[in-house]
Amino acid sequence: MHRTALLPWLAAAVVLAGLTVPWFLWGSSTVVAGLPVWLWWHVGWMCLASAAFWLFAQRAWGLGIETAGDGSSDVSRDGADVRGERR
Amino acid sequence: MNAVAIQLSIIVGYLLLALAVGLVAYRLTDRTAEDFYLASRTLGTVVLLFTTFATLLSAFTFFAGPTVAYAQGPEWILVMGLMDGIIFAVLWYVIGYKQWLLGRRHGYVTLGEMLGDRFGSRWLRGLVAAVSLMWLFPYVMLQQVGAGTALEALTNGAVSYAAGAGLITAFMILYVVAAGMRGIAWTDTLQGVFMLVTTWVALLWVLSAVGGPGAATEALASNPDTAGFLSLGSDYYTVKWILSTAITIGFGVAMFPQVNQRFFAAGSKTVLKRTFALWPILCVLLFVPSFMLGAWAAGLEVAVPEGANVLPLVLAEYTPTWFAALVIAGAMAAMMSSSDSMLLSGSSYFTRDLYRPFVERDLSDRREDLIARGGVVLFATAAFLGSLLRPAGLFELGEAAFSGFAQLALPVLLALYWRSITRAGITAGILASQGFYLSSLFLAVVPGSYAGWTAGIVGMGLSLVVTVAVSLVTSPAAEERRAIYFDRLGAD
Repeated sequence: MHRTALLPWLAAAVVLAGLTVPWFLWGSSTVVAGLPVWLWWHVGWMCLASAAFWLFAQRAWGLGIETAGDGSSDVSRDGADVRGERR
Repeated sequence: MNAVAIQLSIIVGYLLLALAVGLVAYRLTDRTAEDFYLASRTLGTVVLLFTTFATLLSAFTFFAGPTVAYAQGPEWILVMGLMDGIIFAVLWYVIGYKQWLLGRRHGYVTLGEMLGDRFGSRWLRGLVAAVSLMWLFPYVMLQQVGAGTALEALTNGAVSYAAGAGLITAFMILYVVAAGMRGIAWTDTLQGVFMLVTTWVALLWVLSAVGGPGAATEALASNPDTAGFLSLGSDYYTVKWILSTAITIGFGVAMFPQVNQRFFAAGSKTVLKRTFALWPILCVLLFVPSFMLGAWAAGLEVAVPEGANVLPLVLAEYTPTWFAALVIAGAMAAMMSSSDSMLLSGSSYFTRDLYRPFVERDLSDRREDLIARGGVVLFATAAFLGSLLRPAGLFELGEAAFSGFAQLALPVLLALYWRSITRAGITAGILASQGFYLSSLFLAVVPGSYAGWTAGIVGMGLSLVVTVAVSLVTSPAAEERRAIYFDRLGAD
């Protein structure tokens, strides 16, 4: 279940990174409202990225990392007792 | 009051404010190493976001970055967006969240400690710390050189370089030793907000003076020297260069001790979620105005002498003296805020991963706290002496620090997510890539560029290949705890 849920998010991350620089506008010097159009694309894209990250944080946070399959076991802070013996 | 007096009083004012914040933080501090280094893992959203941001980007955003945009065009905005807004944000989750979970569970304070525990090896722990300090130390030194030079220039030589750098070093020692992570994070937050606001005020001020963004861009387009700035890409900004730079720095940032350690300091899962989503927006809010100011200055024919930075000159031309002074003083304070975080992290790597495992193994929490503060003094003083003596090679190391740290990123990612990695594999991956990258810097026979790709990114590829290959042909050592990064990992 984890794998199939992971793939779309992985794809989204690759697309987000891949088009942060608008390669398709390479060499373009069109200016819109005082700024190059490739800069507008970038600004819009970063807002989109923020929205996508927010959505991920709401819907899928923990994917690929959390493995607490056995329910809501609280693992918040049992580090204290192993500290002494380990180091 | 003249400009120098205004600048100096603003700097002194900032130092006093920082000291006051440090003293408040000191009163709240438990005398334990974990509190000193990580503010007992309690940082909230705004503080974590801005402390990471201010630590990382301040000096570059104000000085070097706009100057590059002035000379080469504003495409740096895209590089910064990709490296910090996207790549680093994704690593914030992939490396940061996992580290945070592991840190809470097992009490880790440093990256080396986390890896040393998993691979059952204090030598690996020491190796990661030693490699990190090798890049961090000269980088701190560069900051001191920068601050000393700026103070000397600001006072027209009344404060000498050595006195300026020494003063700033002494102040930072006092401040970091007293305040620890909590105080540093608080002043970073003040500073991050201050930077954001002043950058936008500066932008609006300059644009209203020159007739708006349309007119400023028109000036850029009609000047034959800078007409090429508006088209995406150039001989300087090639596709391979943009990708190499964004990827190596983005990954390098995540391994920089003062940034990596902040992954452990978040107060809760919610804090990490919010900062993760805000990251791209924050990058746009800061980089677009500061870098466009640099680029527009080229069209407005603001003359920048060799070696000078463009932003102070633009401000001097278009805004009142007091405002320009405010921004410049803020930028200098920003340099200090990067250095203080690095001092703290450097000291923690030293005491925790080198001193404790190899010199004094039975160290009480209280005593470690004391030694940690001593480590700050040692680290800062040594870096100051380095900045005075300027030994050969250290500058090259400092300049290359981001790529140097990037060499650690892929082995660490493999350790976090790939169960079959072995101690021999990760050790070989780290040694091989560090060896390769250092050779590319210092040995003429190892080139720094490979068909347009930088040695930094080639080294990252090497670290990946060597770690995987050696892991596949070796068996895990008996002391390795292969499951601790995977079993029952969750939070809240």
